[in-house]
Amino acid sequence: MGKLRLSFTKEGRAVYISHLDLLRTFQRVFLRQGLVLRHSQGFHPHPIISFALPLPVGQSSVCEVLDFEVNGDMDGAGLPDALNRFMPEGIRALDCHVPVRPVRELAKLHCKVEFLYDGGVPADGAESIRRLLAGESVVIQKRTKRKAMADVDIRPLLHRLEIGETPGLLTLDAVVSAQNPGLNPALLGTAVEVHLPQYAPDFLRVRRLELLTENGELFR
Amino acid sequence: MDKRLDRILPGVQKPARYVGGEYNAVMKDKREVDLRFAFCFPDTYEIGMSNLGYRILYGVLNEMPGVWCERVFTPWTDMEEALRASGIPLYALESGDPVNEFDIIGFSIGYEMAYTAMLNMLDLSGLPLRAQDRAALAPLVIAGGTAMYNAEPVADFIDMALIGEGEELLPEVAELFRRAKREGWDKPRFLRAAAQIQGVYVPSLYDVSYKEDGAVAAITPLDGAPEKVVKRVVHDMNQSYYPVKTIVPSTEIVHDRVTLEVFRGCIRGCRFCQAGYVYRPVRCRGRDQLVEYGKAAIQDSGYQEMTLSSLSTSDYPQLVGLCDGLESFCGENHVNLSLPSLRADNFSMELMQRLQKGRKAGLTFAPEAGTQRLRDAINKNVTEEDLTRSLETAFSGGWNAVKLYFMLGLPTETDEDVLGIAEMANHAVHTWRETASSKNRGVRITVSTSWFVPKPFTAFQWEPQISREEYERRVKLLRNAITAKAVTYNWHDGDTSFLEAVLARGDRRLGRVLELAFRKGARLDAWSDCFDLNRWLEAFRECGLDPAFYANRERGRDEILPWSMISCHVSDAYLWHQRELAYQSVTTPDCRTQCSGCGANAVEGGECYRG
Repeated sequence: MGKLRLSFTKEGRAVYISHLDLLRTFQRVFLRQGLVLRHSQGFHPHPIISFALPLPVGQSSVCEVLDFEVNGDMDGAGLPDALNRFMPEGIRALDCHVPVRPVRELAKLHCKVEFLYDGGVPADGAESIRRLLAGESVVIQKRTKRKAMADVDIRPLLHRLEIGETPGLLTLDAVVSAQNPGLNPALLGTAVEVHLPQYAPDFLRVRRLELLTENGELFR
Repeated sequence: MDKRLDRILPGVQKPARYVGGEYNAVMKDKREVDLRFAFCFPDTYEIGMSNLGYRILYGVLNEMPGVWCERVFTPWTDMEEALRASGIPLYALESGDPVNEFDIIGFSIGYEMAYTAMLNMLDLSGLPLRAQDRAALAPLVIAGGTAMYNAEPVADFIDMALIGEGEELLPEVAELFRRAKREGWDKPRFLRAAAQIQGVYVPSLYDVSYKEDGAVAAITPLDGAPEKVVKRVVHDMNQSYYPVKTIVPSTEIVHDRVTLEVFRGCIRGCRFCQAGYVYRPVRCRGRDQLVEYGKAAIQDSGYQEMTLSSLSTSDYPQLVGLCDGLESFCGENHVNLSLPSLRADNFSMELMQRLQKGRKAGLTFAPEAGTQRLRDAINKNVTEEDLTRSLETAFSGGWNAVKLYFMLGLPTETDEDVLGIAEMANHAVHTWRETASSKNRGVRITVSTSWFVPKPFTAFQWEPQISREEYERRVKLLRNAITAKAVTYNWHDGDTSFLEAVLARGDRRLGRVLELAFRKGARLDAWSDCFDLNRWLEAFRECGLDPAFYANRERGRDEILPWSMISCHVSDAYLWHQRELAYQSVTTPDCRTQCSGCGANAVEGGECYRG
């Protein structure tokens, strides 16, 4: 049996496809292509397929990773092009290979967070936000799994940040923790809303750029 | 797509249903088409995308060079609010362009409760609701679907209704529209010409007058419009389009599977069933073609579920052969093949057992009435013995959940018939005790009753719906009679069925009521969480109309029914005769056993039932 890893984009109209729906979509894409996935052995067998780092609905990505298993040996060469004939708009397979590292070594996420200001970026906005996010701690409230609100310091989960400014737009180029715990980059906007409400953006867009290991290598 | 949607979509429920881009969605270059068709379904994406007819016509239109058909669904309330707040007009999923820029806006209306959703969609598109206020040829507003056999309640809003099946009719109307557009016709000229196509009903070309008591006095065709608009049907199913390559939604819908339509029409002739009369005659698709289409559709879509669909699938003459042809393919490809709408007879159960692998989900039967006398009256030719034998097979085969569907308020129903439902349920429990292969998990019998709604073009089109009080009394009677702990009783909310009865046999005067109810907030009336009868009752009061006139009044044989300008080929004389037989509890044999001369054979030139 062969484990394979597919990297793909999820952009445009496809950003609204939820995690569960995406799972179903991929199962069907594989079937359309004629590739038989290895199934679990239980009473209700299901194909072995999982996303390394589920993408929140509404965020776009050029670095999604899907792990799956096939029966027999296969290195995945040529598979992206074959699968791309059967994809919904906005999802495009980029690369398929035998996994180099286990998913637990996926540590960091390089992303772009855009803060949109309909009335133009407030003066001092970029600088104030940079100072806030460079501080000792940035505490926000987050809903826990038990549905209660809890204080969380997101500062330790933010590893690198650069802020660029263009008319009406601040672009945060950031590296954040990916998992255990990870930081949803959209929470950078929440932090600004909480601590610098006068600089809260009118809208926020997140785009994943790269998945990285602990020491900053590309996760493959 | 409107850039402003980026801001809205993250905040609404299930945004994937508002963006399109699914696998097999048809994209064309709008500069290279000369007819843009906005195909509107007056319900949510999940419902509309589950409709096979909608998929067929989407495919038929998009196969026409130069025509681009796009999809539009009703936004859920949160999305509607967001669209209105941002001033974004309703848009089509493929191009994202506003509906009001299209040439033709076509509605698929299967059900009366969708009327206000249709008005809402016109309003969200920024268009005047009333046809007379839309002077230009485009956008032309047309509607088809089963509910359009009586289009009168929406006659003021649509430019034309398409009666019958759209596979051939819709392209003909589209071609005529292209010509009109090319030659610069105005709308009246186009409508006059279109009215000459068989199956096209142009409400504005019919003058309707009323008697003092509110009944229709006369229906007068104008400008050469035909006295009777005769429905269109597909003659040869084997030559008709089937959407082998069809859209696979990226989000879950209600019927998320390949649907194979095995035949159209129904041989049974249940006297309450509108579909059973208006879709006559029965026309089958050949077994080999179905097997081929089924396999191809599974391979193209990646679905792992397939269902056979029709009004009564066990009446498909080649059903065993069809299942033989699909079974091994489905087995090898882990495709689950299911057979809904089966009759409670032995043959169906055997087939069911053969196909049902693994988990045995619930089984559903629809005896419709509690006694043999009443089942004979409605011509539902299922006997108690049929049901008992089917239940025996089911329980001994490992099923332990059964749903039984009935109607309350059928013509001639007595308390004995109502109590007969409870007896049937108790009997089902008894059968389980006698025959169940495993009694460990107990048994669950669910009895559901709905409130009978008389529909046009049925033997009961002259009948009153029983009163609200009487319906509730019968529900209570049944509820008290059901004592077994294993039996759960669900009954339909009365509000929806009452309004459905009003609208189903309504006339043109209801247009004002519809508009007013919509202005008061009615939309998505098919959803109980959105529906409020009070809005409607207020609207009726303000318009000076009595809903009971439509729902609860018995019509005389000589009354001009509001839908009299439409013909589904089945004659009024035949329907009236069926009504008389109902009162005598005399059954009519199915079409395969014997032709009863309903009139539908006019479609096939005298010989109707084949294969």
